[in-house]
Amino acid sequence: MSEQTSEKQTTGAVQTTGHAWDGDLQEYNNPLPRWWLWCFYGTAVFSVLYWFIYPSWPVGQTWLKGFGSVSYTVADKATGKEKEQEFRWNTRSLLLEDLSDAANNQQRKDMLAKVQAAQYDQILKDPKMMEFVRSVGKGLFGDNCAACHGRGGQGVAGMYPNLTDDDWLWGSDMEQIHQTLAQGRKGYMPAFGPVLKPEQLDDVAEYVLVLSSETASNEASERGKAIFHGQVGGCYYCHGADAKGVPSQGAANLTDRIWAIADVPGQKNLQDKKNVVKNFIATGVNNTRIMPPWKDRLSPTDIKLLAVYVRQLGGGKQ
Amino acid sequence: MSDESVQLYQKRVQIYPRSVKGRFRNLKTGALVLAYLIYYLLPWLRWDRPNAPDQAVLYDLPGRHFYIFGLTIQVQDIFWLAGALIIFAILLFFVTGLAGRVWCGYFCFQTLWTDLFIMVEHWMQGERPARIRLDKAPWTREKLIKKGGTYAIWLLIAFWTGLTFTMYWADAPTLVVDMLLGRAPYPAYFTTFFLTATTFVMAGLAREQVCTYMCPYARFQSAMFDHDTLIVSYDRRRGEGDRGRSKLAKGLKTREERHAQGVGDCVDCGFCVQVCPVGIDIRNGLQYQCISCALCIDACDAIMDNLQWPRGLIRYTSENALNGKKTHLIKPKTVGYGVILVAAISLLTWSILTRAPYNATVEQVRQPLYSQLSDGSIRNTYEIKLNNKLTAPVTVSISLEGATGAILDMDGMERLVLEPQERIKLLARVQIAPDPTGPHHGVEYITFVVKSLEGATAEPIRRKVPFSMPDSGS
Repeated sequence: MSEQTSEKQTTGAVQTTGHAWDGDLQEYNNPLPRWWLWCFYGTAVFSVLYWFIYPSWPVGQTWLKGFGSVSYTVADKATGKEKEQEFRWNTRSLLLEDLSDAANNQQRKDMLAKVQAAQYDQILKDPKMMEFVRSVGKGLFGDNCAACHGRGGQGVAGMYPNLTDDDWLWGSDMEQIHQTLAQGRKGYMPAFGPVLKPEQLDDVAEYVLVLSSETASNEASERGKAIFHGQVGGCYYCHGADAKGVPSQGAANLTDRIWAIADVPGQKNLQDKKNVVKNFIATGVNNTRIMPPWKDRLSPTDIKLLAVYVRQLGGGKQ
Repeated sequence: MSDESVQLYQKRVQIYPRSVKGRFRNLKTGALVLAYLIYYLLPWLRWDRPNAPDQAVLYDLPGRHFYIFGLTIQVQDIFWLAGALIIFAILLFFVTGLAGRVWCGYFCFQTLWTDLFIMVEHWMQGERPARIRLDKAPWTREKLIKKGGTYAIWLLIAFWTGLTFTMYWADAPTLVVDMLLGRAPYPAYFTTFFLTATTFVMAGLAREQVCTYMCPYARFQSAMFDHDTLIVSYDRRRGEGDRGRSKLAKGLKTREERHAQGVGDCVDCGFCVQVCPVGIDIRNGLQYQCISCALCIDACDAIMDNLQWPRGLIRYTSENALNGKKTHLIKPKTVGYGVILVAAISLLTWSILTRAPYNATVEQVRQPLYSQLSDGSIRNTYEIKLNNKLTAPVTVSISLEGATGAILDMDGMERLVLEPQERIKLLARVQIAPDPTGPHHGVEYITFVVKSLEGATAEPIRRKVPFSMPDSGS
């Protein structure tokens, strides 16, 4: 709309704001409607009202708290019962209201009830329930278990068991996992240092490495085998005649590739490997491998959720 | 002029547009009727959609689905909205560059509702002079009835407008009943109230001021104008002649008499000014207030027809044509906009037509990156997200490809029925026995394949993901 300028403009009849910049630069006056001005004043007045309607300025030791309140339901920490709570309006209480009353919270409650009612084998087969367990379990695991077992359940070598492998010291049946969580576990292996001579310890260590295919059978390992399966060592009482462990005792499977305590994979040569195994046999496990009982600290539902969560981390026994 | 006379704010001058008959008026009425039929009736249209709402057009925000006839738009596909907005923007640029403010004049809802409200005003209070008289008259019973009646009808239209808008976001018949019974959700009442208020104020009271002071489109469309753009314009040379315009005075009755005296064809009847809904005089040239509604063309044509003079004293023309030059419609700008427009429409159409019936993403669980298993093999875990976009169940199977000896363990969920519109996350464990002879790498790649077995025909979805292994130093 450049060339065909309006008549008013060409004849100079259009009003300017009366001010000239840089000698000749003037601005046409296109007046705003008066109501527009009043709206502007209105917003200025409202901004002051706004300070009082919503939480705003600090005043002395307190602050303007605003009008209005929000009510929402919260679960009582001690009793677990839901109660109605009222709080003054702020975005936090709005969030709590949203969390307690929103439609997806109802979905969450329904799903929780479904999981509570279901048997373990039903939950494990149901994709929807497993999705829910993973989602809720992640938070529970992070709050209660991750301090020792790590955020992803990978554990700490030599101290806290790795929950993501398929080796289950205390068994991978749901009942066994539930038992582990609810009642706790206490790992025990007697110290063989006082019982066996150092060369006998060497022989047993050699045999243990043969069991998990770290080295080939030899003379020393044959001597160790005799100690393992005989009355002198008596290792087979707990680890079994096939050395595959006994979950009810928490006795480890010695034939697989997983080393829960002795850091065999971390050693460079066979002699070092033998040394860590020998040291471990000599000292045993006593009051160092303890899983605390959770039945008094977590609700049965939480334990159920965690049991399934832990089961899916490791995937059970292959 | 002195500074004292400068008024930065002014009282609004009420505009009383006179009604007019003509081809552009008919075109506008046609656009209005069509737009209103669509807007007011669409929420009531049903659409057979098993396992999903049966409303033809429904924007289901809580359910995160937009239903538009046969098309269901998921959250993931919301970029189509961006595509649609780009198309609308380019279409606006394209049309505005060619034909000026067509959108403003014929299709904009501000124009449509203002038009409707003026029709109501006309019907209740009469033609322009009657309305001016009525406004000046003292408050009598008659004025009260006429004014009150107008406002009441406006309010009714405004309310139905607001309610109709709300109906697009929920099942219309249920919502209307719920709202009457006071059990509809709070946002439904608020939206209806808000749009009732804005419709009433914008179309009833503010009218042309919305275009003049509020609307950004009104202003930036001017930037797309050039000398070839069609504008509603007064033919100054024909209308003014050498000596300007003149009324039909004695000795100036016929064109011949007028031309002989150097007087133009404009008889200064003022009809074009009276019909203008934004209250400008088109004879002053192109002005930013002009919404190109072309009612002044109808007005002038009516007068010219009466005088049996040729039409077109006010007409759609371009600046170049007015100055006796040629109007170029095909030029880089319009061709460019046209190409972009066609490309954008093709892309969006292609994207919608080739949409997958379901989608899948696979993500490696990265804590821990891998676990060693009792037989020495390495396990990685993955989170698979599946989303059935259809309103019918789909059976899918998940398998691995490209990794020899890889074992997939999903606790029996490798084959699974996705309920209509179901979204689910699954856990997949993959174990690979490392080749003891070959070199180990920190990361290898495996490919998940999600096939549909039943309920949908689609290409299998392949997702290549890393498989982490311990770095072997030896």
